[in-house]
Amino acid sequence: MSEARPPRVRVTGPPRRRTTGGAERARRDPGPDERLAGLYLRSLLREQLWLAARTLLVLVGVLGSLPLLFHLAPSLGHRSWLGVPLPWLLLGVAAYPFLVGLAWLYVRRAERNEVAYGDLVRGTAPAAPSPDGPEGDPR
Amino acid sequence: MNAAPGIVAIVLVTVATLAIGTWGLRFSRTTSDFFVASRTVRPGLNASAIGGEYLSAASFLGVAGLLLTFGADMLWYPVGWTAGYLVLLVLVAAPLRRSGAYTLPDFAEARLGSRRVRSTCSLLVVVIGWLYLLPQFQGAGLTLTSAVGAPGWVGPVIVGAVVLVNVSSGGMRSITFVQAFQYWLKLTALLVPAAVLVVVWLGDGRPTGGSSGGAAGADAGAGPAFPDLVSWSQPLAEGGGQGLYVTYSLIAATFLGTMGLPHVVVRFYTNPDGRAARRTTLVVLVLLSAFYLVPPVYGALGRAYAPALAAAGRSDALVLELPRIVLPGLGGDVLTGLVVAGAFAAFLSTSSGLSIAVAGVLSQDVTGRAWGGRRLDGVTAFRVAAVVAVTVPCAVALLGPEVGVASTVGLAFAVAASTFCPLLVLGIWWPGLTAAGAVAGLVVGGLGSGTAALVTLLVDVDPGWRAVLLEQPAAWSVPLAVGVMVGTSLLTRASRPAHAGAFLVRLHTPEESAYPRG
Repeated sequence: MSEARPPRVRVTGPPRRRTTGGAERARRDPGPDERLAGLYLRSLLREQLWLAARTLLVLVGVLGSLPLLFHLAPSLGHRSWLGVPLPWLLLGVAAYPFLVGLAWLYVRRAERNEVAYGDLVRGTAPAAPSPDGPEGDPR
Repeated sequence: MNAAPGIVAIVLVTVATLAIGTWGLRFSRTTSDFFVASRTVRPGLNASAIGGEYLSAASFLGVAGLLLTFGADMLWYPVGWTAGYLVLLVLVAAPLRRSGAYTLPDFAEARLGSRRVRSTCSLLVVVIGWLYLLPQFQGAGLTLTSAVGAPGWVGPVIVGAVVLVNVSSGGMRSITFVQAFQYWLKLTALLVPAAVLVVVWLGDGRPTGGSSGGAAGADAGAGPAFPDLVSWSQPLAEGGGQGLYVTYSLIAATFLGTMGLPHVVVRFYTNPDGRAARRTTLVVLVLLSAFYLVPPVYGALGRAYAPALAAAGRSDALVLELPRIVLPGLGGDVLTGLVVAGAFAAFLSTSSGLSIAVAGVLSQDVTGRAWGGRRLDGVTAFRVAAVVAVTVPCAVALLGPEVGVASTVGLAFAVAASTFCPLLVLGIWWPGLTAAGAVAGLVVGGLGSGTAALVTLLVDVDPGWRAVLLEQPAAWSVPLAVGVMVGTSLLTRASRPAHAGAFLVRLHTPEESAYPRG
């Protein structure tokens, strides 16, 4: 992380009732650039939400259907492969590569969405320094 | 019983924990270090620390015991505890880090701008944290009794003391190193004995509970010796429709509860940025998956070698006692030492993480306040809070009634899923959430799931739908909490925080983006 260690700052707790500055910005009349930036932003939010929803649908569709499946067809529980009962194979082993794979796909897509958004913003909006400092933290 | 391997293991783990904690102390100087390691923890190290903290007594001892007693439907616990991280990754990880808050109450206050929401969240963090700490301390007592023959109070006292020393001296930064070490210790301590035991099992002619016709895989311990073989390999709780409900409710609690556990959430603030938070979570999923492949091996071998443990109601001790049962002599002693070390590391790391989370909240909202005109400085307030955070559950574990390790942890998950999960998901994705809606949802979800679980623990309910609904409340309490939160927010639409839009922008835009983040 730190080739050059950041200077240490004593922090004694979060400031109460902080203002985020959002209201101030909203009162200002947005120029055409800012309107365009707002458009990009909404599309990023939509993309990320849709990506999250798809990932969860796959998760619930695959793992969540298993109890119902075994409830409706109990004979599946007697099947075995190489001597291991099918439920143990599915839940004890196969579930984990499935979860890791799904997570990996999600991270890749989510980062891609953010890169695409960054390219769009840099292509149009004037580079404005973040008001929160380089880390984007209020402290 | 030969107590030497257990004693050696416990001493070594304790010394290593304190040594690494002291070494980490050199890096901890500011309050920010105490809470969130000054946000400079790399994904690999951070993921090991999260894994170390998350894999508690319930994972190390409880899962194998549950599998031995109840069979394949208990596989939903480890699957759910892992899938919970996927849900956390998808819905919460990066935005939570970008919110820039220290703790869950900080997030709630920053998002909703309300002190009332903050206090409600603080209370819930302490309740969930203590619920989760209690079985860790009790499990420590069980481990020491089983491995060394020590009286029941020794375990909670040792774990409590070590955690207190580490947490109050080094805080989050030193704990990060300690927990990363403990993940790898736990994995080794579970994996190596399992591998040896499987080899012995193969050499014994693959017994499957006193019958022939063994299986090729280590997971297959199913043999005709158990009369309930069929239900043992069914991934459903018993009882037809009720079993189906119990299984789905368990899935809801574990999938959604993970994101609401205070010691899980606090870890995300130690990532440098949102992208690192996501990558950390991905690595955590890999580490948890590797770990959870092992407990079924113990469950299955236990069915072949130690069915008496389940019959005696001591299945929580399966992992600890199986090595000696399968492999008498020196080999068994060495393996026993290893699993005792792993179990002890499990108590230490999970209790440290929970104590940090609870102490962080207490120090901000109780000990850090001005009392009688005097105000403690940040680090002192944190240390005082750590003492309170550790002492209370430790005392309850010593004096209170014995409760099952897994059932209390399950209760903590149900409460977390019914309170913080709706708050986080709606707070991050829905601009319409209001402070009144959040408080109403937290209260209804917390009271609903908490009361149901307390009734289950303390009162004997006649078996039937009522008992089932109380025992596994998540399937009704989570939708109820979400409904109340959304409904009340819509009714109090006028009080929607003015900065909600800007705050959501801040949560979802990459840190390096050129657009000024709200």
